[in-house]
Amino acid sequence: MAKSRQPRAKSSRMRTTRRRSVASPSADRGNGRRRLPVNKTYKIYIGGKFPRTESGHYYELKSSEGTTLANVCRCTKKDLRDAVQAARAAQPAWAAATAFNRGQILYRVAEMLEGRKPQFADELQWIGHTRQASINEVELAIDRCVYYAGWADKYQQVFSSVNPVASAHFNFSIYEPTGVVGIVAPEDSALLGLVSSLVPAIVGGNTALVIAAAERPLCAVTFAEVLHASDVPGGVVNVLTAPAGELLPHLAGHMDVNAVVYCGDAASDIRDLQACAAGNVKRAILRGGSDWSSETAQGPYEILETQEVKTTWHPIGT
Amino acid sequence: MTTSELILPAMASVTRVDTVGVEERVGRFQTRSIKRDSKVTALKLALSMIDLTTLEGRDTDGKVRQLCYKARHLHDALPDIPHVAAICVYPTLVGVARRALEGSRINVASVATAFPSGQSSKKVKIDDTRFAVSEGADEVDMVISRGAFLEGEYAAVFDEIAEVKGACGEARLKVILETGELGTLDNVRRASVLAMHAGADFIKTSTGKVEPAATMPVSFVMLQAIRDYFYATGRMVGMKPAGGIARAKQSWHYLVMLRETLGQAWMTSDWFRFGASRLANDILMQIAKERDGVYQSIDYFSMD
Repeated sequence: MAKSRQPRAKSSRMRTTRRRSVASPSADRGNGRRRLPVNKTYKIYIGGKFPRTESGHYYELKSSEGTTLANVCRCTKKDLRDAVQAARAAQPAWAAATAFNRGQILYRVAEMLEGRKPQFADELQWIGHTRQASINEVELAIDRCVYYAGWADKYQQVFSSVNPVASAHFNFSIYEPTGVVGIVAPEDSALLGLVSSLVPAIVGGNTALVIAAAERPLCAVTFAEVLHASDVPGGVVNVLTAPAGELLPHLAGHMDVNAVVYCGDAASDIRDLQACAAGNVKRAILRGGSDWSSETAQGPYEILETQEVKTTWHPIGT
Repeated sequence: MTTSELILPAMASVTRVDTVGVEERVGRFQTRSIKRDSKVTALKLALSMIDLTTLEGRDTDGKVRQLCYKARHLHDALPDIPHVAAICVYPTLVGVARRALEGSRINVASVATAFPSGQSSKKVKIDDTRFAVSEGADEVDMVISRGAFLEGEYAAVFDEIAEVKGACGEARLKVILETGELGTLDNVRRASVLAMHAGADFIKTSTGKVEPAATMPVSFVMLQAIRDYFYATGRMVGMKPAGGIARAKQSWHYLVMLRETLGQAWMTSDWFRFGASRLANDILMQIAKERDGVYQSIDYFSMD
């Protein structure tokens, strides 16, 4: 008896697990109470505020089952312009914050992410991830924030150098942030790809604007809320949602953007990016094809990609 | 007109202002869609109306010479752009500006009359004005005594403006109302009427030292006062919003308001000015953006 009961109980538990459906934003919670669900309006994040796009345009985001998840802002070049302005205004103060302080703030981001794990996991499930894969991705994203938080006050002393020169000079090279970085987040990873491409840029004192994955923008907007609640000053990160191809030429040509991190792999986009970026000799950093869940997607060299080397010649007495 | 012809109007019967109506009307000036060629035309007009200003305690001869150089060479990479209307400085620096601008058609404007507070004796204010004019100022920007105005001493304020106007001689007189200290739009209208009857060639919103400085509602009330004064007397008076206008977009909002309130005759630097320092660069960036098709960075434009 006991033996035959055991497997039944096990299998019924497994069935329950398999049947448990994710509460999509419009689903009936099934607890007997009839109420209208209060769904979140997914807006954009510019200068520490959550406005709608200036254009008033939006696109419909569908779940993997075909239901509408949200009407997402379809940002235009004017939102991009506003985001660059906000990022530029925030940059000097963010770069002037101590490295230790920036690390603390990024660690705080990880703490806030930890608390919001279920929300991110839900959003990943709506677009077709399994529960387990969703939780894995959120946890990896949290760990990645902690990883870069640790590097905040270390990369400088690891990579800066004192250089031998053949004159009476003390010659040294240090890293400085390049300024405002535009990031085209990868389409294949809603949260982890975003975190992995964004955090190394801001840890070194840059400010950023992110064009979130057009097909997976929900996590990006929710991540903006996390940043907003984590002592990250307004304007340090700005999040826009739109098909990346529509904004990329304006981003790549913008004279006040110092670097673009492009995580897609469309050959025509890359060609346009590199051509437009020549206008002010901005860096075009290509990170398409990365395996975001692999350890190779993180490292101090990702920080250096958006840093400039400053070499100083300091006269010394003989 | 001579000083003896000036008569203080009955201040109690000056038209009252409907604040809600003003705000609604002003809101509509900001909804015009002005693109491409019209935008460039508007931006160039706005550029030609700027009084490039430096009014800091730390101003030096070098700073003023640099500003004058900027006035003559706004952005040499852009062809066909106009020069600004004037340089606006303190009286002691008028001579420096005069020499630096020799051979150009850019005017030198000087603030005077114990700018920015106006808290001094009438004698000092008149001397201040005479000094600025003797140094070579083409235009004098005076401040009214706001304390006296708010106490209702309209005759005293009126006389002071009239006497300063007398001391200006050939120079054009701009009268700064400092609307940020006047409190209500009714007071703005009253001060505008008083200044125009006392002989002002221009009325100007602010010193730039008090917040809020120029706003659209305040400027709209002043423009309406100019219009009604023109209908009553046939004399044109100019308008100068100053302080707080830093964006190119704001400049064409003001131009729309000017065109729709006073008409085409006022759409020149003879009758309308922007008191600003940062505005010029933002306008240049917009013109460059229209030409090159990419958003600009302040890194590629001259420092203010």
